[in-house]
Amino acid sequence: MSSSHDKPVDPNQVVLWSDDYEGHDVISTRTFGFWMYILSDGMLFATLFAAYGVLSYSHSYYTGPTPAQFVAPWYTFIQTMALFLSVLAYGFSMASLKTGSKAGVINGIIASMVLGIVFVGLDIHDVLRMISIGVTPEVSGGLSAFYALTQVHAAHIFVGLIWMLVMLYQILRKGFTEDVVGRLISLRMFWQFQAVMWVFIYVFVYLWGYMS
Amino acid sequence: MLVNVPGPWSPLLGRLALSEIPYTNPILAPLFVVIVLAGIALVAAITYYGKWGYLWKEWFTTVDHKKLGVMYIILGLVMLFRGFIDGLMMRTQQMLAVGPGDNGMKAMGAIHGYLTPFHFGQVYSAHGLIMILLAATPLLVGIMNIIVPLQIGARDMAYPYLNALGLWITAAAVFLIMISLFVGDFSHNGWFGYAPIFELAYSPGVGVDYWIWTLELVALGTTLGSINFLATVVKMRAPGMTWSRLPIFTWSAVSANIIALTSFPCLQVALALVGADRYLGTHFFTAGFGGNLMLYTNLFWLWGHPEVYFVILPAFGMISEIIPAFSEKPIFGYTAMVLATFAIAGVSWIVWLHHFFTMGMGPYVSTEFSIATMLVGIPTGVKVFNWAATMYKGRLTFSAAMLWAIGALFLLLIGGLTGMMLSIPAVNYMVHNSVFVVAHFHMMLLCIVYAVFGAVIFWFPKVFGFKLHEAWGKIMFWLFSAGTFLVFFPMFMLGFMGETRRLDWPFDPHWAVWFDVQEIGIAVYVLSVLAFLWMIYVSIRDRAHHRVGADAWGTSRSLEWLTDSPVPFYNYAMVPHINARDEAAWRREHGFSESRPDHFAAIHMPNNTGVAVYIGALTFVIGFGLTWRIWWLTVAALILTVLIMIYRSGKGDPGYVISAEEMEKLDRQSRQNMSDGQQHLPKGGGYTGGTVTAYSAAASDQRPQGTPPGNSRPLS
Repeated sequence: MSSSHDKPVDPNQVVLWSDDYEGHDVISTRTFGFWMYILSDGMLFATLFAAYGVLSYSHSYYTGPTPAQFVAPWYTFIQTMALFLSVLAYGFSMASLKTGSKAGVINGIIASMVLGIVFVGLDIHDVLRMISIGVTPEVSGGLSAFYALTQVHAAHIFVGLIWMLVMLYQILRKGFTEDVVGRLISLRMFWQFQAVMWVFIYVFVYLWGYMS
Repeated sequence: MLVNVPGPWSPLLGRLALSEIPYTNPILAPLFVVIVLAGIALVAAITYYGKWGYLWKEWFTTVDHKKLGVMYIILGLVMLFRGFIDGLMMRTQQMLAVGPGDNGMKAMGAIHGYLTPFHFGQVYSAHGLIMILLAATPLLVGIMNIIVPLQIGARDMAYPYLNALGLWITAAAVFLIMISLFVGDFSHNGWFGYAPIFELAYSPGVGVDYWIWTLELVALGTTLGSINFLATVVKMRAPGMTWSRLPIFTWSAVSANIIALTSFPCLQVALALVGADRYLGTHFFTAGFGGNLMLYTNLFWLWGHPEVYFVILPAFGMISEIIPAFSEKPIFGYTAMVLATFAIAGVSWIVWLHHFFTMGMGPYVSTEFSIATMLVGIPTGVKVFNWAATMYKGRLTFSAAMLWAIGALFLLLIGGLTGMMLSIPAVNYMVHNSVFVVAHFHMMLLCIVYAVFGAVIFWFPKVFGFKLHEAWGKIMFWLFSAGTFLVFFPMFMLGFMGETRRLDWPFDPHWAVWFDVQEIGIAVYVLSVLAFLWMIYVSIRDRAHHRVGADAWGTSRSLEWLTDSPVPFYNYAMVPHINARDEAAWRREHGFSESRPDHFAAIHMPNNTGVAVYIGALTFVIGFGLTWRIWWLTVAALILTVLIMIYRSGKGDPGYVISAEEMEKLDRQSRQNMSDGQQHLPKGGGYTGGTVTAYSAAASDQRPQGTPPGNSRPLS
């Protein structure tokens, strides 16, 4: 335990102050921190999934409709494709970042944004359709949980789109500074994570809901 | 979509109206007057002395982890006092209201005692919420904020600006709960809330809304802080500070913040869903329409139990720093200690159901959670034995900080053993919701408070450069301990006598004598608060006599004792190279404690920013707007917050550079400042090391604490 305390130490050999310490790597620290945020966001979704799980028994829907009666898996599949292609576009954008191509990065982000807007647009359209047939969150606990899970995800996508807009401005204004590159990497994590969450939502809420 | 609220609502002011200010309440109205007058006096004093610029530049806009930590601690101490006053009100109510003969004070409008049941409900709800989330949490986060970067040899936290943001969002939560005293009312559903009583149909007022948004804000602030701590420890350690050399307090901060990071989202979701029920008319936790009442209780305690360990683990870490320093030995069983810390953190996730065994989940589930709860006792026992073994054959100095640490061990023992009793479902069914449970968790939380007071006394000289007054620290300790004994031991007994918690009218006259004892205990607590304030006053008055050097106690062990006291804003003139687990002790024992860097390098520091204050203020506005359903205000504040964040992101912070020459000048000055007040201090001392520079009693008849006595046994 305290063996290092007992050994004799040569005062001329010992290093007490770090001459060559250059501090921490800004991007790596920032990426790690954002990864921590993603972890907490994962817990947020996990809690919502738990609530959905508890509130998806048949009695949770009271006398109202169950997902089998109102979800449209093929429609939602288009959403899935839009989001996945958006992630792919963002991936291309990040590949261009490695070569330092400003145009490549910007084009990738714009493509990613357009596909993200398609996702959100389809989501809003779907919500309006469901509301028009009387499927609203006030109907039953089950529908409350359905809306909470799907719309919290949509809100994340919306925030991601605003973020992309801000990044477009910053790339044009400042170029690839350390800050900008760090943010682009964080945004990639964020975007891919939302796509992963969507996989779970699509499978457990839409597909499973349609089948049950 | 939005629910229609009972009562008036206007687009401009929401539910806010003049009648919501309780100016007829015989307790709140005078208090309001006093607070307004005190506020005016404070503002006038600051203006008179022209300190606004100083406060703004040096404190409000700072991103320095030590100053933010100090502000966290001040915030926590103020709220500890507020929560204590709530406790005092509850004790007084129960003392006055006991038995069938009580008719209540008609002048106060009370049926029993002096508080109405509704007001009593608000008092105990606010007490619980404040003590756990707005007193204990800021105190612990504040101490971690100051100490963790110092212990790992970093210049600041990984994200200094995020750190400031966390503080100001927590401050917004504090303001929100304080304003609930005078505008509207607070929740009366207990600090953790009960479904479905918190639904709009049963709690139509704004009290529950205040409760929701206060909790949401403090949860947000703490989550941001936890990200910062983890990134700091993982990424910012000085060269040589390997994981196996990390001080125990830093280890406990890591484990606690892993808990915070992963558990606070559960709370945020649970409360957001309560909010959805109240604002949007959903049916998550309603009694009908497919809602599930116990879902709320599960989600809440899914956060709630890890949260309990989030607050206790840093306290364990503090005890683990104080005891070795005043035993003059390294901590016993370092590896076991770290493993025990993480075992506790891991088990914290699988015990939440023991908060409501009476839900009736059946024998198998109950058994699992019962056994999991008992498992907590194993790593905690390891820790207690490690602390005891650290003290064994050590050279103990019973300084004030050490007394608090040892006191914490006793409370941990009592709280832990009663916790083991409660983990047995059969026992739990008998005492569920009795004050026995209340006494149990107060033992645990007071264990934290003891550790915090110990830590404040222990690290105060590091931050401010002078020690707190030892004798008054000890007087406060004994008064506080007497208060603890007198309040909570009768509470254990009352629990067995059948008193349930939260009684505004304890009906059984046999309990009366114990309520009187508890009231005496509260009076002793009041004395301990006065002793604390007096200790602070005396210490500041006589600070010239209590100045310290880098190693304030002469027997300190971990890295933070290498740098100057008070810690300069750059923490370390040169980043230290770590050679041993207890670096300060290692250097002292090998004769390097006087060694200072002989050459310097330029360093990069972040700029101050007011953005965190603005965003904190806006989050308060958002919370207030949501509580009173002033939609335009909420939306405007939200949009403004996002715009400020985007603006800040665009502007960035280039920081500034201190050149090597300037650094040398600063270091020389800091050293000079320190040595000017250092003549009374010991140069070394320590039992384990080979090299002991003896204490020189030069021109001082007063033996500073933490020094071996002059006639100590020969070493080596």
